[in-house]
Amino acid sequence: MSNTPDDRKYADSHEWALLEADGNVRVGISDHAQELLGDLVFVELPEVGQSVGKGDECSVVESVKAASDIYSPVTGEIIAINDSLEDSPEAINESSYDDGWIFVVKPVDISELDDLLDAKGYENLIEDE
Amino acid sequence: MTKKTILNDAHRQLGARMVDFGGWDMPVNYGSQIDEHHYVRKAVGMFDVSHMTVVDIDGAQAKLFLQHLLANDVAKLTRQGKALYSCMLNETAGIVDDLIVYYLDDENYRLVVNASTRDKDLAWIEKQAESFDVTVNERPQMAMIAVQGPKARQKVCPLLPERLGLSAAEIKPFSACWFGEWFVGRTGYTGEDGFEIMLPENKAEGFWKQLLEVGVKPCGLGARDTLRLEAGMNLYGQDMDESKNPLESGLAWTVAWQPENREFIGRSALEKIKGKGTNDKFVGLLLEEKGVLRGHQKVVLEDGSTGEITSGGYSPTMERSIALARVPANIGETCKIDIRGKLKEATVVKPCFVRQGKVQVDF
Repeated sequence: MSNTPDDRKYADSHEWALLEADGNVRVGISDHAQELLGDLVFVELPEVGQSVGKGDECSVVESVKAASDIYSPVTGEIIAINDSLEDSPEAINESSYDDGWIFVVKPVDISELDDLLDAKGYENLIEDE
Repeated sequence: MTKKTILNDAHRQLGARMVDFGGWDMPVNYGSQIDEHHYVRKAVGMFDVSHMTVVDIDGAQAKLFLQHLLANDVAKLTRQGKALYSCMLNETAGIVDDLIVYYLDDENYRLVVNASTRDKDLAWIEKQAESFDVTVNERPQMAMIAVQGPKARQKVCPLLPERLGLSAAEIKPFSACWFGEWFVGRTGYTGEDGFEIMLPENKAEGFWKQLLEVGVKPCGLGARDTLRLEAGMNLYGQDMDESKNPLESGLAWTVAWQPENREFIGRSALEKIKGKGTNDKFVGLLLEEKGVLRGHQKVVLEDGSTGEITSGGYSPTMERSIALARVPANIGETCKIDIRGKLKEATVVKPCFVRQGKVQVDF
């Protein structure tokens, strides 16, 4: 379980949230989540400019097995989306922590990140599942 | 208590992701489900289907009994080893299960029924058998491995015991041959050529490993589902159940109405339904937009009437989403599908998308 990057935080709904140098938060799903879902075949992205609340459903990833909602880990505005996922949703399977990012939120209050789990806490969570 | 097939350890050694499937601990995939799917379409894959239920029907009245039990007519089976697909109906023509019956001889038949319906099927068959001179013997000690794909026969035949390989190389589609406890049917659930091999449990792991060594790719239930969906094959419990009859499930072709005096269970109810004309029909759908069709999504016709997707998913061969659906009979060439509140365009097609590696519909 050493593949959980410790540079970011995790929601118990399996999203990761990476605070970037410019103060924005990049969001994706964990390696564990992509493995549970299986091969990804479709990603419904949010719209740039859309306002999201912490915990709001704002994207859907669909695998060969099931559809899964993606929740924004912080409140703010969507300022970027990973368009390349429309043609290559498998990027989430292949690189869930890097190329498979889904959207970027400009957060209203970065202290919301404190409510999320760190890498160790997340690993404990998925071990208990 | 979750049941395990004899190959459970073999799956875990291969790193399979295991899931509960109708009370059985089964592999859903060993890696990429899509890779497994393509491998079956282009080469050869294998599936552990030992959870399926094998039931032998033997006795002087075996033929007569099955002519009563099944909506299709086993009298069509005249060549030894020939197989027939049939529904088993209840008195109201609801589908108790779908199955394959193999003809061994007039007094011996073999049924393969679904795993998820085992208990009710056995109870039903045994109850119906009471007034016939037959025995109903489940064969739980049999393992079953389906080897499917264009290269299945060339990989399997050399590994079969004694002369069974020679016989297996000769049999026609939807036929079987056997040797001792080994039973090989040229049948499957993928739309590709291949075999379903029943064998004694104590031989299963050795045979599985031999297949691995010659390059047969292990495939999970995930790929099995997308393959059967592309082939337009119904899945019991999703596409039909006891509340549905064969005529509204795309299975009218499996009902043998002739001879008229064959009184199979459900016949009179089904005749009444047929006489009234069924309101619903069973179709295939191709999603014209991005997204994935799933079971239970609503199908909306131009006149506002609605139907329902019974099985849906992503077709790796066509790289788009497809589905089977039960819809009002007046459906046109297109319809809309309600996907999370958004209406998306779909084309209505015959429910057979891919067979023998080739796409069967225009897209």
